[in-house]
Amino acid sequence: MSGINEFIDNEVKTNDVVVFMKGTPQFPQCGFSGQVVQILDYLGLDYKGVNVLADQEIRQGIKDYSNWPTIPQLYVKGEFVGGCDIIREMFQSGELQSHLTEKGITVRGAA
Amino acid sequence: MPMSPGDIEDMIKSGIPGARVTIRDLAGDGDHYAAEVVAEAFRGKTRVQQHQMVYEALKGNMGGVLHALALQTSAPD
Repeated sequence: MSGINEFIDNEVKTNDVVVFMKGTPQFPQCGFSGQVVQILDYLGLDYKGVNVLADQEIRQGIKDYSNWPTIPQLYVKGEFVGGCDIIREMFQSGELQSHLTEKGITVRGAA
Repeated sequence: MPMSPGDIEDMIKSGIPGARVTIRDLAGDGDHYAAEVVAEAFRGKTRVQQHQMVYEALKGNMGGVLHALALQTSAPD
């Protein structure tokens, strides 16, 4: 496993909720990343943001890791959940909230 | 070279035979689109798998030439 893959794999496995995004949770630098961060904040989750703009290797590596061509990418308990569209759709239908609680993650403001 | 709605529709249809595709241009700049894709091939697949099938049909344009494609996928009722 290449260095970057190992780094990503470690981030995904050691954080319950981690989002690979453009920018940081405080300063998202892309509308789609900003939407996912808003949803995670609304649900009161504590999560880690990995800024793919800080390192080109991560930016490409994450796309290979998940076979998903775009950023942001949300991982819960080591599993790829989706990009911005899927997270928004799951949030609106309440599926994201139930998925999180099933994985033992406390969700505030669950609909 | 931005993609036209027609290009996107053709690629998805050739990649996913029998798919019904509706493309909406979000920004008029050739790289922000929304696409609704309904295909029998999606039945029983998770959303992530469905979207990956569409990305595969777009043969690497997704995330490159095509910056944003808001996807809505489902199997026919």
